[in-house]
Amino acid sequence: MADLTRLTAAETAARIAAGEVSAVEVAQAHLDRITEVDAKVHAFLHVDTEGALNAAKAVDERRAKGDALGPLAGVPLALKDVFVTQGVPTTCGSKILEGWIPPYDATVTRRLKEAGVVILGKTNMDEFAMGSSTENSAYGPTGNPWDLTRIPGGSGGGSAAALAAFEAPLAIGTDTGGSIRQPGAVTGTVGVKPTYGSVSRYGLVAFSSSLDQGGPCARTVLDAALLHAAIAGHDPLDSTSIDAPVPDVVGAARNGDVRGMRIGVVKEFGGDGYQAGVLERFNESVELLRELGAEVVEISCPHFDYAMPAYYLIAPSEASSNLARFDAMRYGLRVGDNGDRSAEEVMSLTREAGFGPEVKRRIMLGTYALSSGYYDAYYGQAQKVRTLIARDFDAAFAQVDVLISPTTPTTAFPIGERADDPMAMYLADLCTIPSNLAGNAAMSLPCGLAPEDGLPVGLQIIAPTMADDRLYKVGAAVEAAFLDRWGAPLLDQAPAL
Amino acid sequence: MTSTANLMSYEDALSSFDPVMGLEVHVELGTATKMFCGCATEFGGEPNSQVCPTCLGLPGALPVVNRTAVESAIRIGLALNCNIAEWCRFARKNYFYPDMPKNFQTSQYDEPIAFDGYLDVEVQGKTYRVGIERAHMEEDTGKSTHVGGATGRIHGADYSLLDYNRCGIPLIEIVTKPIEGAGELAPEIAKAYVAELRDLIKALGVSEARMELGQMRCDANLSLRPHGQEKFGTRSETKNVNSLRSVERAIRFEIQRHATVLTDGGTIVQETRHFHEDDGTTTAGRVKEEAEDYRYFPEPDLVPVAPSRDWVEELRGTLPEVPSVRRKRLQAEWGISDFDMQSLVNAGAVDAIVDTVAAGADSDAARKWWLGELARSANERGVEVTALPITPAQVARVAALVKAGELNDKLARQVIEGVLAGEGDPDQVVEKRGLKVVSDEGALGAAIDQAIAAQADAVAKIQAGNLGPVGALIGAVMKTTRGQADAARVRELILEKLGVS
Repeated sequence: MADLTRLTAAETAARIAAGEVSAVEVAQAHLDRITEVDAKVHAFLHVDTEGALNAAKAVDERRAKGDALGPLAGVPLALKDVFVTQGVPTTCGSKILEGWIPPYDATVTRRLKEAGVVILGKTNMDEFAMGSSTENSAYGPTGNPWDLTRIPGGSGGGSAAALAAFEAPLAIGTDTGGSIRQPGAVTGTVGVKPTYGSVSRYGLVAFSSSLDQGGPCARTVLDAALLHAAIAGHDPLDSTSIDAPVPDVVGAARNGDVRGMRIGVVKEFGGDGYQAGVLERFNESVELLRELGAEVVEISCPHFDYAMPAYYLIAPSEASSNLARFDAMRYGLRVGDNGDRSAEEVMSLTREAGFGPEVKRRIMLGTYALSSGYYDAYYGQAQKVRTLIARDFDAAFAQVDVLISPTTPTTAFPIGERADDPMAMYLADLCTIPSNLAGNAAMSLPCGLAPEDGLPVGLQIIAPTMADDRLYKVGAAVEAAFLDRWGAPLLDQAPAL
Repeated sequence: MTSTANLMSYEDALSSFDPVMGLEVHVELGTATKMFCGCATEFGGEPNSQVCPTCLGLPGALPVVNRTAVESAIRIGLALNCNIAEWCRFARKNYFYPDMPKNFQTSQYDEPIAFDGYLDVEVQGKTYRVGIERAHMEEDTGKSTHVGGATGRIHGADYSLLDYNRCGIPLIEIVTKPIEGAGELAPEIAKAYVAELRDLIKALGVSEARMELGQMRCDANLSLRPHGQEKFGTRSETKNVNSLRSVERAIRFEIQRHATVLTDGGTIVQETRHFHEDDGTTTAGRVKEEAEDYRYFPEPDLVPVAPSRDWVEELRGTLPEVPSVRRKRLQAEWGISDFDMQSLVNAGAVDAIVDTVAAGADSDAARKWWLGELARSANERGVEVTALPITPAQVARVAALVKAGELNDKLARQVIEGVLAGEGDPDQVVEKRGLKVVSDEGALGAAIDQAIAAQADAVAKIQAGNLGPVGALIGAVMKTTRGQADAARVRELILEKLGVS
């Protein structure tokens, strides 16, 4: 039998449903693969061997009883360690949550379990999802399977690397400023940030509540759509959850087509600061879309230039408040509690020891931006920029069906290269941030390798709010055309680990 | 400075200064579940037995607004003659404290649900209008118990215990506009305002507003300014003044304390003060030299509250009669004096009497039982009269039995005693204890004959026209019937038998 870890999620589910392979065999194959390669990749913070095999066994038993299985039953998945999992450690890549075992499941976790998805474990990430390289994890960096000396993107580098290393066919990420799409781009995988409010945030440990959005990561557009459908939908436990039907993303992914579509190239994304190979692959994608029957036009979104500063006020402001609860009083790390110190001293010592430098930087930035006397100039002003960016999108989508851009200005950079330069690191999310600020949907999918370094380049597709299906319609068409052109999936070109 | 001995007299203080007050009242709503989660709100549960990921602030948990709490907030706002916001948001009030698991309190900041209203209060026969700045929604914190220190406060404690059952219980904070021009009546107006607010909250049915249980808590701000000065003086904020009497005492003490400091050429420090129930003084708490920075910002985990005008009008239709208006109406209906009405209010028996009258009793009888026998029992048990285990309908039934002549007052008291002792409803107590007035004329006749035969001297006197000894004969009959005869009827029968009628 072919290597089970090389199958897509759709193929895996079909084989399990047909009885050609058991869910336990599939789970075991992936657990073996993790054992084989994860010491090098370090995609996982915690592998739940027992939980995964039990879940797989339950799927096999249901099948044996003749129960109908869902479209992802028995498919293994790598879960970003920012979603809480009952009885399974959840650290958010932070020392401050070391040893914490959540007493409840996130809605996403629960829906995955209900869908019969087999959760293999929890993936590495930048601490509290703050970063673009996974170097900010308190538990060490993750390597990019294309080149282990390079970053796999972030914050969801673990999830993306797990896919690219064939440790799992599916993964869950969260995208606050690009943390699904940018890792997808630099690892040659597919990542989708759904419309804000379409995937429940209940049980997603908050970084920036108004920006965070969970979403699917996969190696194919169809797999991403299947996972998207499994996790999306209204949740009464999340007040910001949208109470409306989820667009038919699976139908769209099965019927990729761009004929007659109007596609806008975001004028502001390109030029100085973009790697030549990235622009070359992007321009090739534009030509491809024209060949496939789309009309491609240039669209200006003038306020996108202010997206980055607005983001770095709003996200840290919310984070400074969201992370206040990590105070050593009820769970997680406690430092310096020698019986003499006050609660305040213990809180302070714990936060000093438990948070890494980037988290501290953002807590301080956010605390400052929210302070009285500065609030209007910083947080208030940033919210106005947010409104202007949403208006830019509205104006753009009045003219085109989707927008496109490179996902990130460069390919994967070497581990350590930007670690001491936060501003350089922040630039990795330049093209992805506007959709977080406006709340609309966006996808990154592979569009080839940059000639100068042979590393993957991502194409970003951006759709209006609640038109997530357009991402899949366009994405599937592009994916099929590239597959035709390349003769094999891009990941087949990645070196063996 | 805080000892009473050094204080300027209240009269002297008022002769130089005008007090300006501001009252902040927190009311715990009586909703079945908490403000942002489904946990029970019942008082007195085992510590930390009414908690969930949301009210414990566990990583990842999210809030969902309690619709009933919003409804209660709107009804309170309407009853306080406020405008109701068409669109408002919750805000996070950020500060670190162990009884608040998220280290921010979900509250409202510059967009309160209700604003710009008033409440009329009556003091010494005169009506004062207290302006309402705002009423907003927020969540309560957990409860800290500091063990080991001398003061029961966190400073100096050996350790602290935290109970999060209260954490997340819905609160409405009601803030007055500055209360000016109250003069020497300031303490009484403060007390009357809190009392009227409490009655209003109870009448709305949104909270029991029991101050002794912390369901209603008052912070009293006070400043003085010399007569004729426009600008407000520096204020102090006396926290957690938790009874009507304490509100009055705290304001009075602070007026005297401020006046003493100011007259001595000192300056008032802007600070919070602790009130001491034992001697009625206040002592310094936290200094508020700089305004605390809570870094408020709109709560991104909640969507705005936008009550439709139709809903607001529907809720306006559910408002009860204003308590002061209702009291005046009842007083007129019952035909009683101001003094008697005040006694009923003080005894907390007004509603019980209304309900007893509604159950068929006349108001005199209802008042008699609730203010007499039942008030006495409540006093003995140290509870509110309405907390006694007897219902207005049961009291009305006792009154009806008396009216029908089936019980006399003495027997009725025994019936009430039986009901309070848990022996059942009045008819069951009558049955079990055999308390019916003896109206069987045969049995009564025999008892009377027996008494006449036994007391020949008395009989002779009566027949000679001296009715004094009738009492002795009635007494004998009552003894034989174990008190169950109607004394008036016995007297009639005796006189009839002796041919004296």
